Amino acid sequence: MLGTGLIKGLAVTAKNFVGSFHDPARFTTIEYPEQKAPIPENYRNFPFLVSESDDDLMGTLRCVACQICEKECPPQCIYIEKSKDKKPDATGKLQIYPTIFAIDTSVCMSCQICVEVCPFDSIKMDKVYEIAADDRFHGLLVNREQLAKSNAYYHQIRPTEADEVDTRLAAERKAAEEKAKAAAAAKAAKAAAPAVNPAAAPAATAPKPPTPPA
Amino acid sequence: METVEQLRDRLLARFPGAALTVVTNPSPSAQHSLVIGHAQAVEIATFLRDDPALRLDQCSNVTGVDWPDKEVTETTKVTVPDPAGGPAKVVAQTSKRLEPGYLEVVYHLYSISLRHGPVILRLRTGNRTDQVSVPSLTPVWRSCEFQEREVYDLYGVQFTGHPDLRRILMWDGFQDHPMRRDYVEPDDYQWEPTPHGEVMAKAKQHYPAAPAAPAAKEGGAA
Amino acid sequence: MSVSDLTPLSSPAGAQVRAVHDEFHGDLLEVSMGPHHPSTHGVFRMIVTLDGETIVKLKPVFGYLHRNHEKLGENTTYLASMPYTDRLDYLNSMTNNWAYAVAVEKLAGLAVPERAEYVRVILAEMTRLLNHTCLAGFLMQDCGCMGTPLMYAFREREKILDLFEALSGSRMMCNYQRFGGCRVDPSPEWIAGVRQLVEAYGPFLDEFEALLSGNEIIMARTQGVGRLAPELAVSAGVTGPVLRATGVAHDLRKVDAYGVYPKFDFRVPLGDHGDTYDRYMIRILEMRESISILRQALAALPGGPIMDPKAKLRGFRPKAGEAYGRIEGPKGEIGFYLISDGGPNPYRYRVRPPSFINLTILEDMCLGHTVADAVIILGSVDIVLGEVDR
Ligand code: SF4
Ligand code: SF4
Repeated sequence: MLGTGLIKGLAVTAKNFVGSFHDPARFTTIEYPEQKAPIPENYRNFPFLVSESDDDLMGTLRCVACQICEKECPPQCIYIEKSKDKKPDATGKLQIYPTIFAIDTSVCMSCQICVEVCPFDSIKMDKVYEIAADDRFHGLLVNREQLAKSNAYYHQIRPTEADEVDTRLAAERKAAEEKAKAAAAAKAAKAAAPAVNPAAAPAATAPKPPTPPA
Repeated sequence: METVEQLRDRLLARFPGAALTVVTNPSPSAQHSLVIGHAQAVEIATFLRDDPALRLDQCSNVTGVDWPDKEVTETTKVTVPDPAGGPAKVVAQTSKRLEPGYLEVVYHLYSISLRHGPVILRLRTGNRTDQVSVPSLTPVWRSCEFQEREVYDLYGVQFTGHPDLRRILMWDGFQDHPMRRDYVEPDDYQWEPTPHGEVMAKAKQHYPAAPAAPAAKEGGAA
Repeated sequence: MSVSDLTPLSSPAGAQVRAVHDEFHGDLLEVSMGPHHPSTHGVFRMIVTLDGETIVKLKPVFGYLHRNHEKLGENTTYLASMPYTDRLDYLNSMTNNWAYAVAVEKLAGLAVPERAEYVRVILAEMTRLLNHTCLAGFLMQDCGCMGTPLMYAFREREKILDLFEALSGSRMMCNYQRFGGCRVDPSPEWIAGVRQLVEAYGPFLDEFEALLSGNEIIMARTQGVGRLAPELAVSAGVTGPVLRATGVAHDLRKVDAYGVYPKFDFRVPLGDHGDTYDRYMIRILEMRESISILRQALAALPGGPIMDPKAKLRGFRPKAGEAYGRIEGPKGEIGFYLISDGGPNPYRYRVRPPSFINLTILEDMCLGHTVADAVIILGSVDIVLGEVDR
């Protein structure tokens, strides 16, 4: 009969309308700024730099300014300046560090390729998504100070992944130490090596984001 | 389905004197292709479409490729007899020659009715400047219509016999062909906070008076 | 402008065009639809020549979203193109990723572990559900059912996007596939989530169909509109549901039998009129088949690694050569053609965009219909401008 299809359709809309009052499956919207949708652990939005300790974020950056992420980033939005001196890293080994590490939020496409290519587990994806700014250029240019977050924060936002990374790093460090010990033992066995006195690294300076060319 | 070599031999038997060259593909995909001359391209394409053993009724993909002029250095060993009567010397002579470039259009053909493919055809232009026409295969496969327009737009290949050869992705007044490898993009660089590499070099040109980004380096280290 | 000014139609017209010029028929009228028109699904423009209400000529104009994706692909490494493929057809990033991965794997001869193949099938079928649900919603919007079907469609799409987000980290720009496998191994909880989704999707489709498929207005509006002949469709390179609606049995999942599709038992629905209603129904039927494939894939999902351990992420340089890889995307055959010269970047990176090529026959389908019909014909072809213009 002509019209049955229409009536069936109307029954569906009526079911959904009534359902929206008592059935959460049919009322799926939330009031955004007040309520927030839960975000899954894998959610990614923007990279951040991992620091070992909470107190000295700048001093304990894991990043060694190898610039691999800068090269691999598809839209080329990372800008890194290497330091000229070296600072001891978490294990006490002298390392180069980035004096400037800036990412342009307006260009970054949250692809996570920098995270995947970093061999030192020093850049990871953050979950902060409310990053609007009122200045189109400098407001969206995030520099090293804003990017650095502690490892504890990393554990907080991505517990599983952070645990894995920590275990792996610990294993790597142990292996490196053992290797160094074995090497040292071999050396000591050969001859008394002159002690090397690591030069104290100068304190980190306060870097600025690169100035615009105009 | 027959191999490209068999296909070539069959085509040569059917079209005596047709210019056909097999291009082998060394990659694991082993999709070899056939370069066809302009003169009989449309007949060959129609034959491929209608031949009962092939029935390549779908031209899936049309691609333009730019192969710019290449300078090839060749080293040849020449044996020079010693005038003093000693043993002949071997002298390496290097010669440079310019291998002319060309534009190429690649057609991937499949058969929907017989479910095989791809047979890959290639058409090549004489050079990259004044002999840039190839015969259009749109009369054979309708799917080439927009794709050949795209190749014309982005590479500048002229398709003779195309019913409606206009630009398709760029606008009508646009001059150049952006997918050519020597295309120079217009200098309408916009300010970007993290320039480096090529972009930085361009930015510097664009703002000659500004203390461009090397200042940023000093700024960071100071 | 009069009929005599009309340039001869470039194409063998699919429909009969009435172009009489006598005292009852006035001059022809040229209307520019788009680029900013809600029915064109983005920035797409059609220059429509009308004889009264009837379309006698239609010229699509492209390029408003052109960013030369292919040049970008030539200027970045193989890996860096992966996130860009998400942005081609932004509804179907998972299948775009897969097609690109297939092309690179062919080029470099990489093997994919079985678990990854299963996960790829699961994700591709979820993408198909997502795309077809959205399409049905948008098509109904184009027919004039404002809002309701689209919102129901989006409610379901949201559930799929949540699963994509939980797996890959992003709802639409998944960037999930890698050459030789997938990036993240799905957890058991995620698999359970997909199971739940699959079980709930059938009832949703029943409800959706009760709302739409039998609706007399929709039938009157879509049946017999935009007929496409199978011979023309094949010659014009049309693929996907638009081709199958004309009755041509061509589904790459069966024809190429790529991945682990041969292990699943599913049918390829075919239409027999090639009109807009058939194109809508084909998608609904395909979704039912997708649900069945998903059930089978979830039941048979093997363990094991998700990445080929030999595949390299950085410094990936396939040997010189070329490869064309294609899969059946929700919109049709999505393919990538790569030429390598042994360097870190592809020498040539070409996308075969299904929705662009499907538009070749837009004029043929619209001739003889009204402007309002052109809107739903375009809606039923299912285009995404990110892919059409690249
Ligand atoms: S973040 Fe990682 S890849 Fe990037 S410069 Fe630092 S250490 Fe290197
Ligand atoms: S997430 Fe992607 S775009 Fe953003 S900084 Fe990392 S590599 Fe670059």
